[in-house]
Amino acid sequence: MKRVYVNEEWCLGCHLCEYWCVFSASKETHFPFAFDGGAKPPAGIRVEDYKGINFAVNCRHCEDPLCLKGCISGALSRDESGAVCVDKTKCVGCHTCIAMCPYGAIVSGGDNMPIKKCQLCASRDHVPQCVAHCPNNAIVFEEE
Amino acid sequence: MKYVIIGNGVASVGAIEAIRKNDKEGSITVFTDETYSCYGRPLISYYLEGKTTLDKMGYRGENFYKENNVSLMLGRPVTKLDAENKKVTAGGKKYDYDKLLVATGSSPFVPPTPGYEKVKNKFTFIRLSDALAIEKKVTKKSKVLIVGAGLTGLKAAEGLYPRAGKITVVDMADRVLPAVMDAESSAIIQKHLEGKGIKFCLNDSVREYSETAATLAGGAKIDFDVLITSVGVRPNVALVQDAGGVCERMTESGRPFRGIVTDDNQKTSLDDVYAAGDCTLSYDVTIGNTRPLAIQPNAYLQGEMAGNAMSGGITFKRNYLPVNAGGFIGLHIITAGSYVGEATTVRTENSFHRFFVKDNRLMGFIQIGEYSRVGILTDMIRKCTPIGSVDFQELIREPKLAALGMDYVKAVLNK
Repeated sequence: MKRVYVNEEWCLGCHLCEYWCVFSASKETHFPFAFDGGAKPPAGIRVEDYKGINFAVNCRHCEDPLCLKGCISGALSRDESGAVCVDKTKCVGCHTCIAMCPYGAIVSGGDNMPIKKCQLCASRDHVPQCVAHCPNNAIVFEEE
Repeated sequence: MKYVIIGNGVASVGAIEAIRKNDKEGSITVFTDETYSCYGRPLISYYLEGKTTLDKMGYRGENFYKENNVSLMLGRPVTKLDAENKKVTAGGKKYDYDKLLVATGSSPFVPPTPGYEKVKNKFTFIRLSDALAIEKKVTKKSKVLIVGAGLTGLKAAEGLYPRAGKITVVDMADRVLPAVMDAESSAIIQKHLEGKGIKFCLNDSVREYSETAATLAGGAKIDFDVLITSVGVRPNVALVQDAGGVCERMTESGRPFRGIVTDDNQKTSLDDVYAAGDCTLSYDVTIGNTRPLAIQPNAYLQGEMAGNAMSGGITFKRNYLPVNAGGFIGLHIITAGSYVGEATTVRTENSFHRFFVKDNRLMGFIQIGEYSRVGILTDMIRKCTPIGSVDFQELIREPKLAALGMDYVKAVLNK
């Protein structure tokens, strides 16, 4: 399957990917509208900053997805592209997936609210917006 | 190939999904005493709380059994296992199997207490049927008594919080959540729940019940309309035990752990009989041995491993560990592993994070309030990552992959 891969030496640490991720997860058609309600990154991608090194981390859509296998409600499943997706109507926000994910790629949506995670922009024609708007090719969307 | 699965919890679903990856042809028959297709058991408190609904509680889609060509025998408990002749008895009828999975789960333990039989509105809290029955009896005027301040008892309290008038929780232990917290963290949860109006009687137990009151060993009398007992569960091992399977491991302390004993592939001591989930003992990487680990993630993973072993799929040794996550009326916790070794605590205004290190390994953690990316730490426990190989100070301040080293980052994030 196609996944988002990281070229950490190209990352500027600009965090644009995080904002495009929030926009993508919203149902808005205009970028700024996604932030009117006070929405803030991170959602499905997060830029790490450690000793001057930056890189973006999102869900690896693992072969052995411990989040999906640990989910108490069955809210996590794979879509037809192989992406691990959350059914927000089923997720009760227990955070077992946050406890299980080895990459720290799942984000709390608040008390008893559905979690947030990368779904490879399933709702945006499967064009990951983080990659589409990365100014320096620090993340790419490619087959294994 | 004829696969038979006893039980229809998430271990059962894990096994079905694994078997069907390897074997599209074999027949799969699932027996369960319940009358619902699989749902996540921990959801029952969220159901009472109004955070989910019956139509959203199905663990898989409504066509799951049909799509996987599974015969689901609802309301049909297995009453006997004849491992020698490879047959199970259900509803008075015998069924043959080639490979059997026992995923019978666990049952609530109710301590024998004088007068318990006189209590009309008494419940345990493990199945959907419990939640549905409790729902009918609890009103805004109800006084609810919960015996047991563990995860199940406190989740019951949270579930009933918007529905009940008064909630009192009694436990023999001197603190709440004794199995998943240490003393200081227990106190944080207790204080939070007391602030919400929940009353605790700790270090105490029920001496005697009347129809609508409990007299505690310490002398207090608590009136109630609804009683919920949640002091713990016992693994359902009878079928395997009666068939001659090993269902106990003696510990160093001389106290045996009860539960079906399996190998890394979830095979029991009986030929062609596998077991997974709450009815088994699990290998806990933090103690380096098997113990009861009745948590849902392990149930699925073990069911999946058993399914693979039964159908010729890929099997490997998994490192299991205790992992618990959930909220208690607005205050969230995530805990993992064992609380042994040296403790380090990081407090902020909205969080309490405690880490336990022994023999150059992270053995466990407790996180209360706000937290992020704690699965990175769970994975360190799971993999027995040496503390010396990572920037541990950075990890406990704020978990991040970079603190595990750039070689690791490249290995998991680069193409």
